[in-house]
Amino acid sequence: MKLNGENRPIGLLRFTTAGSVDDGKSTLIGRLLYDSKSIFEDQMEHIVQSSKRLGKEETDLSLLTDGLRAEREQGITIDVAYRYFATPARKFIIADTPGHIQYTRNMVTGASTADLAVILIDSRKGVVEQTMRHTYIASLLDIRHIVFCINKMDLVGYSEDVYLRLCDDLKKLGSRLGTGDLHFIPISAKYGDNVVSPSENMKWYGGKTFLNLIETIEIGKKRNSGPARFPVQTVIRPLSSEYHDYRGYAGRVASGTFSAGDRITVLPSGMESEISSITVMGKTISKAEAGDSVTLNLTDQIDISRGDMIVKKGEMPESGVDINLMVCWFNEKPLQQGRKYLIRNNTNETTCVVSSINYRMNISNLERETAGNDVNMNDIANISIRTPRPLYYDCYKNNNITGSMIFIEEGTNETVGAGMICGEYD
Amino acid sequence: MDNSVCSKRNDNAMKEQTLAINDNHLKELEDEAIFVMREVASQFEKKVILFSGGKDSIVLVHLARKAFWPAKMPFSLLHIDTGHNFEETLKFRDDLANELGVELIVRLVQDTIDQGRVTEERGINASRNKAQSVTLLDAIEELRIDVAVGGGRRDEEKARAKERFFSHRNEFGQWDPKNQRPELWNIFNGHKNFGEHFRVFPISNWTELDVWQYILKEGIRLPMLYYTHRRKIFLRNGVYLAWAPFMQLKPSEKVFEADIRCRTIGDITCTGVTMSKAGSLEEIISEIAATRVTERGGRYDDMRSEAAMEDRKKEGYF
Ligand SMILES: Nc1nc2c(ncn2[C@@H]2O[C@H](COP(=O)(O)OP(=O)(O)OP(=O)(O)O)[C@@H](O)[C@H]2O)c(=O)[nH]1
Ligand SMILES: [Mg+2]
Repeated sequence: MKLNGENRPIGLLRFTTAGSVDDGKSTLIGRLLYDSKSIFEDQMEHIVQSSKRLGKEETDLSLLTDGLRAEREQGITIDVAYRYFATPARKFIIADTPGHIQYTRNMVTGASTADLAVILIDSRKGVVEQTMRHTYIASLLDIRHIVFCINKMDLVGYSEDVYLRLCDDLKKLGSRLGTGDLHFIPISAKYGDNVVSPSENMKWYGGKTFLNLIETIEIGKKRNSGPARFPVQTVIRPLSSEYHDYRGYAGRVASGTFSAGDRITVLPSGMESEISSITVMGKTISKAEAGDSVTLNLTDQIDISRGDMIVKKGEMPESGVDINLMVCWFNEKPLQQGRKYLIRNNTNETTCVVSSINYRMNISNLERETAGNDVNMNDIANISIRTPRPLYYDCYKNNNITGSMIFIEEGTNETVGAGMICGEYD
Repeated sequence: MDNSVCSKRNDNAMKEQTLAINDNHLKELEDEAIFVMREVASQFEKKVILFSGGKDSIVLVHLARKAFWPAKMPFSLLHIDTGHNFEETLKFRDDLANELGVELIVRLVQDTIDQGRVTEERGINASRNKAQSVTLLDAIEELRIDVAVGGGRRDEEKARAKERFFSHRNEFGQWDPKNQRPELWNIFNGHKNFGEHFRVFPISNWTELDVWQYILKEGIRLPMLYYTHRRKIFLRNGVYLAWAPFMQLKPSEKVFEADIRCRTIGDITCTGVTMSKAGSLEEIISEIAATRVTERGGRYDDMRSEAAMEDRKKEGYF
């Protein structure tokens, strides 16, 4: 359950790995699971055998997440692998994502649901363009906790100087991006230094091990603690004799809290009503909070359908037909000014036309640069779109559910881009 | 690293964790699964739940009930029957469909074989696992199913660990693991062309332990096969298999009786059973928490080659 302002412990921490290709993301996850004794015997046996088959001298722990044939053959991660593990302190859902630029879409997929990002840096190579890209994407996605793991310390003689120099570079990067909570750990994913146990080779480091850090890190107030939002997924109408007049609005609370008796407004119609009850399979609950999948019943019979949004009266979201957003583009076919796309924001699907491409982020220096008429694959850009009818939304920074959207190409049905709404174009 | 010792799982940690059953994470997983179920209901036309009679599909059915209550769930149950099932599984299946008042569709692998659409494997290790995919894809085409909801979990197997919630299948029913659609936040894109379909996995993020804890929390009824009972079994390549009249035995294989339970329920010919005296959900949970092999460690079908699951999935397997 996510924290929404109250001091409930986080039962489940979702984190993603990030960083450039070969910086050791998959090896770190393998090492974490191995040293915390979370690998099953048959899984370990598979990895030992596969390592032999691939002609490796040592057991390669990255094979624990690199599960596709093509990944094992090429020694790289292609798509996100999800792994689960638990310690007495916490349960974790890990998304191990690829570092290669070609698979940025898969990195964004893994990172989009994460509370925390673990970004690896090869201590020999330092901050490279992919480090910048992934750190920037993490900040765009509003991942508020970043753990920089300075990896392969074994290859730089476990040098404190190298570590401190890299921390400096990364702090500069973090402060430019305005990321709040940054952590740094010198590790060797391959040999396990500072992953689960403190390193014998780096006695100069007095901080937490990686496992200890992710077990104890406080995940701050969630962004979705703001005004109450309920995107309607489906209308439940049993039409049975027992529940003849029953009408329930099913969905998952995107943010805030709804209670029975609350006055609400339905968007886009603007109709008002009151919540008569909130139920989960017939069981009445007094209030529903962000993240809860529930059914709302209203005192009035009004026309509501999928794609509508129920909000508390007086807590209106933004609305308009001209919307400014940051977009991450995933497709070989570039996003083009003047083109139409399907967009989906919450449960609401509509079309949009790209009215302007305002700037593109130059990833190597994080400067805005003028864009042409296209946004290419793996580019991150600021664009404006226009919709046929007003869209109701919040800024992504305040609400990652009502503030996010995907772009779908009508011909191919592909998901071609991800958008984060940022209000007015400045 | 020392390869000679296998990692021993951290029993104490796992025990502590099971004892203090923390509802918080189960609730989050349930909320997510119900959200996915409702997205399926809204985005597709002809919807089925792939029902195997195993615990994961029973949990799916429970979640579907919960997601649409008090309306009837908008899914039919589809069972691809290899003909090698425990009697009890079939009875459980029929009773459940009856009780819920939902349509039960059964398609037999035997029919696919009789129609000559697939050649049955022969020999001691013969399995109808591959043939099952053909029967499934035939059913999807025949019934114009555009979404099949499955109980697959990412913690089960390394190829599954890679799969999206909404997993697109082309017109041949194939999965392309190297080119999956991006899946951002909780926005699921179920758009497709005619003839294509989706597989959807609402409990993707659940572990085996989560499933058992949830079954306990919700009081979900399961086939007795999951609890300890006496059964005729035999040992094959280090795995205990239940004996059934149609099983071919090697001369060295001796049938004997033992107290066992099923950790997963599937085709009898390839699903290993566990020596166990666990007769309650609490005992099962303690057993699972301390186990050192994965649930599919006893699955014959996965042992065939390194990428056995990936290959079957590409062809259209569950
Ligand atoms: N010497 C040394 N080698 C390491 C360390 N960590 C990882 N490696 C090696 O670096 C190579 C790449 O590791 P991976 O874990 O596959 O890298 P990755 O970041 O997951 O790569 P992609 O997923 O393809 O982006 C492998 O050969 C690892 O054995 C380390 O701490 N020290
Ligand atoms: Mg990797």
